[in-house]
Amino acid sequence: MNTNGNTYTVIYSVVLVVLVAAILAFVAMGLQDKQNENIKIETITKVLTAAAQADENVSIDENTDVLEMYTEHIIDAFEVDGNGEVKGHLELGKDDPRKIKVPSTADLKKQNDILKKIADAKDEAGKTSLLESLRLPVFIFNINGKTITVIPCYGAGLWGPIWGYIALDDDGRTIEGAIFDHKGETPGLGAKIAEAPFYNSFIGKSLGEGETVFAVEKGKHDGIPDCVDAISGATITSQALGKSINLWAKYYQPYLAKAAAPVSEVSDTPVQDNACTGNQAAAEGDETVK
Amino acid sequence: MSDINFKEVLLKPIFKGNPVTVLVLGICSSLAVTVQMKGACVMALSVIIVTGLSSFVVSLLRNTIPNRIRIIVQLVVVALMVILVDQILKAYSYSISKQLSVYVGLIITNCIVMGRIEAYALGNKPIPSLLDGLANGAGYGLILVVVAFFRELLGSGTLFGFRIIPQSFYDAGYMDNGLVILPPMALILLGLIVWIQRSFQKDLQEK
Repeated sequence: MNTNGNTYTVIYSVVLVVLVAAILAFVAMGLQDKQNENIKIETITKVLTAAAQADENVSIDENTDVLEMYTEHIIDAFEVDGNGEVKGHLELGKDDPRKIKVPSTADLKKQNDILKKIADAKDEAGKTSLLESLRLPVFIFNINGKTITVIPCYGAGLWGPIWGYIALDDDGRTIEGAIFDHKGETPGLGAKIAEAPFYNSFIGKSLGEGETVFAVEKGKHDGIPDCVDAISGATITSQALGKSINLWAKYYQPYLAKAAAPVSEVSDTPVQDNACTGNQAAAEGDETVK
Repeated sequence: MSDINFKEVLLKPIFKGNPVTVLVLGICSSLAVTVQMKGACVMALSVIIVTGLSSFVVSLLRNTIPNRIRIIVQLVVVALMVILVDQILKAYSYSISKQLSVYVGLIITNCIVMGRIEAYALGNKPIPSLLDGLANGAGYGLILVVVAFFRELLGSGTLFGFRIIPQSFYDAGYMDNGLVILPPMALILLGLIVWIQRSFQKDLQEK
């Protein structure tokens, strides 16, 4: 047979490519569940690592069973809208760790797109409905008696998306821990946002009061009290990270403000019938929150 | 073809005709993935599987491949194997797959794989081709593991993540060598291996 004819060559290449594509599609579909499971475990590890930085006695390494640790420490996980209203709970997996629900990076991207639309919205009505359509995830952990709130952030880095999880103290502002990840930042430069020396420098900083003012900048940061040193040679990635933290934290403010000041909320109602018991109720209310 | 010396097919690529130290192929990935033994071993295994299976498959097809598109056909076969390995690693060994990052995908461009297909599999029967592929992969893997051994031991004081250099050494002032972690030192180690090999095998030395 002439294996060098045009017809033969064309048919040969078509058959080969279709065959290879079929094999790959079959394998990819077969392994997809397992791969998604791995990605989910990675996300859980990130969320947990951010929260665990609040207490140096809690550490996570390669041998930690993250699913078990997550169910052990998690108190609640839910989604809030742009007005700070809780809009639905995420499965905690207390009975079955395999059912734990965490938002994927695709989910974060979806929320990020809404955030961008809100910033561009022309009229108030459109803005309000967009704010209500937000579903921002919140994780509440109990790390050795401390209540830690973990919120994600997401944004565009230099080459692709960057995202991360920030653990906040119960005042809703002080950063107790942070961890970041990226799709394809430059190795050795922007990729360093995923390394401990960088994300550890966030600990103890504050997201700012009211309007969030937070920045990742290089050089002297005059007038910006809550600023983290940028990575040398990765200005764009660093600044993008600061911006995305700012953007996300802004829309978490309504929720964080509510969560940080439960005392005044609880005391409002009882005060009407008896001022004395009102204070007591406030104290109790405070207790339950902690 | 019955006069093929299987012992020679298997052993030559590992020592006398090692693809890394003698043919100087696949240098890039041997610098990049040799920081830790675990990653190096998985990478070595992946390359062994890819070179072996691609050589085998191409050898099976060797009489049907149109000559004008043979490089493309080889590339498709190699890419198939590499993506399969990558997918399986992602499913069953996710942390190592993250550590190896792009280098698993880059096995496609590893000259050893294509080189052995062109030089051997196209002209030989499937079984010898399979062995030739496996042996060349093993020769590459051997160098990878040797380099990784020294880099992890001297750079982190561990092997496979287990501490080898006792804490008392550190207390006495010993420090891990940070330079060994970086790629330049891997190149120097590789050079040392080439030097040692050539001092034993005089016929490799250029006049």
